[in-house]
Amino acid sequence: METQARTKVVLLACGSFNPITNMHLRMFELAKDCLEDTGQYVVVKGLISPVGDGYKKKGLIEASHRVKMAMLATETSDWIKVDSWESLQPEWVETAKVIRHYHELGTAEENNDEVDTVKKKKRKLENNKQDLDGSFSYKTRSCKKSMVSTDDGYQLKLLCGGDVLESFGVPNLWKPEDIVEIVGNYGLVCITRNGCDAHKFIHQSEVLWNYRKNIHVVREWVTNDISATHIRRALRRGQTVRYLLPDPVLNYIKKQGLYSAESEQKNADVILAPLQRNTGPSSS
Amino acid sequence: MQRCLNLGKKKSVTRETFPKQILRGDHGLSGHRWLAGFLSFSWHVVPSTPSRTSTCGCLSWPGTTYTRRQPVSRSRMAEGQFHVIGGIVSPVSDGYGKQGLVLAQHRVAMARLALQSSDWVSVDDWESQQSDWTETVVTMRYHYSRILKQYQESTWKNQAPTSYPHLPSSSGLSLKLLCGADFLDTFRVPGLWLEDHVEELAGRFGLVCISRGEQDPERAVHESDTLSRHRSNIFLVREWIRNESSATKVRRALRRRLSVKYLVPDSVIEYIHKHNLYTEDSEQKYKDVPLRPLTKQTGTPVKILDD
Repeated sequence: METQARTKVVLLACGSFNPITNMHLRMFELAKDCLEDTGQYVVVKGLISPVGDGYKKKGLIEASHRVKMAMLATETSDWIKVDSWESLQPEWVETAKVIRHYHELGTAEENNDEVDTVKKKKRKLENNKQDLDGSFSYKTRSCKKSMVSTDDGYQLKLLCGGDVLESFGVPNLWKPEDIVEIVGNYGLVCITRNGCDAHKFIHQSEVLWNYRKNIHVVREWVTNDISATHIRRALRRGQTVRYLLPDPVLNYIKKQGLYSAESEQKNADVILAPLQRNTGPSSS
Repeated sequence: MQRCLNLGKKKSVTRETFPKQILRGDHGLSGHRWLAGFLSFSWHVVPSTPSRTSTCGCLSWPGTTYTRRQPVSRSRMAEGQFHVIGGIVSPVSDGYGKQGLVLAQHRVAMARLALQSSDWVSVDDWESQQSDWTETVVTMRYHYSRILKQYQESTWKNQAPTSYPHLPSSSGLSLKLLCGADFLDTFRVPGLWLEDHVEELAGRFGLVCISRGEQDPERAVHESDTLSRHRSNIFLVREWIRNESSATKVRRALRRRLSVKYLVPDSVIEYIHKHNLYTEDSEQKYKDVPLRPLTKQTGTPVKILDD
């Protein structure tokens, strides 16, 4: 295969996954197709990293449930996996730090087992098992590389929706230096319903424009608006959400009795961790 | 293909602008969206709200659903007066002649795979096995007589029907056509529908119509005298969670070897790959053939199947 000539990419999706839906899973498929279609990349792995409870988002249920649901959802995928490291952190971790973390560890892991997919699959299963117990499964070997375009290295790219791109403009949500780090050192794959809007947004931002070559805008060809908020609302009202998220996830939600009017009130009056941190007196 | 009907501007809709695929459910691909539509039926029966424009978009999956009208009251579905006891997916026959339509046996098989996990929606292949396209009303008559028989038999078996409240008496059993909002718009396409068919469909059976986004099914009902007369028998369901996968888009992606995972159930994807369905060639099928309803219904009255 001519995959050796192509840059290997690991896609990382950060977010609440409260709960994970088919839309989240579709984002990975779309990004993979799009990146590989350029002939420059081969996507070797997708990583789902649910945010920790310290994020304090309204209605955010326990990380253990969100991780478990993400694992159930990715059972049928041979390249998307879930990592619980971020979710296990007591405090909210900035996305830039999360990427840094996975870059250091993820690169090491991938370098260890070349293209032995059988081995990889086996490891995936083992990892999932370990993750179920809540222990972090990566081998800790730091091999820090300067990210962009190392010859045989993996590139770690942040996978996100158009809303994340736009959220870069929300005051105090992101630290400017974090944005620079994410788009400058790693890169973004942005799935969007409206390509024009995304390009316009990039055009209007100096930082994003400088690193525009690291931002891949992927047009979603099937409009998909299965937001987790919609799902939670439907669940609270006893309406069906079948076929909007994988059956095993739905069964888990029912079995555990997740997402009630009560759970939606969680963190209702709490300020979102990033806003708290970035506006507080010590914002470093 | 132009897939929008702009009702605001056009007096009549031409063949070119008419989205052929919405006429009858070909069920060429068992995607997730229409299944959600089925389910919405049982839950989200809410009065529709007027919306801004009259442009309608995506492909719908008409199917049939039968409901039980409870004896207590017969006013509105929204008020819990109906109990949905089953859903039927009825793939159209090959005689429909729609571009890219793969063999009925495959479409039936895929629908069955997709519905394996459902305990209340099933697939019926009667329509798909007819050599010629069957009018929607004729198909409805067939399904109704079939389920009526089935439920009368089960009522007889259970001597004390009161102890089985979920089994309807024959008079309380009704069959409704489940469709998307764009399906309602086809009623205004000249030559597509026979007037007495619309009358029977809306009057005798009834419609459950799923709409989303900026679709305006109320307008379609309002602008048709027949539909308007039977508006109490037309249930408009708003789909709040937009999930617009259409079979056309899925087929296109398959031809281009793009992933359709999470849009179509895994079992269906496997089936498609195994049988090598949906290729450049298959998409050319029936390309220049006029849609069967447009040739069949010009003039000749339709034979009545039963009653």
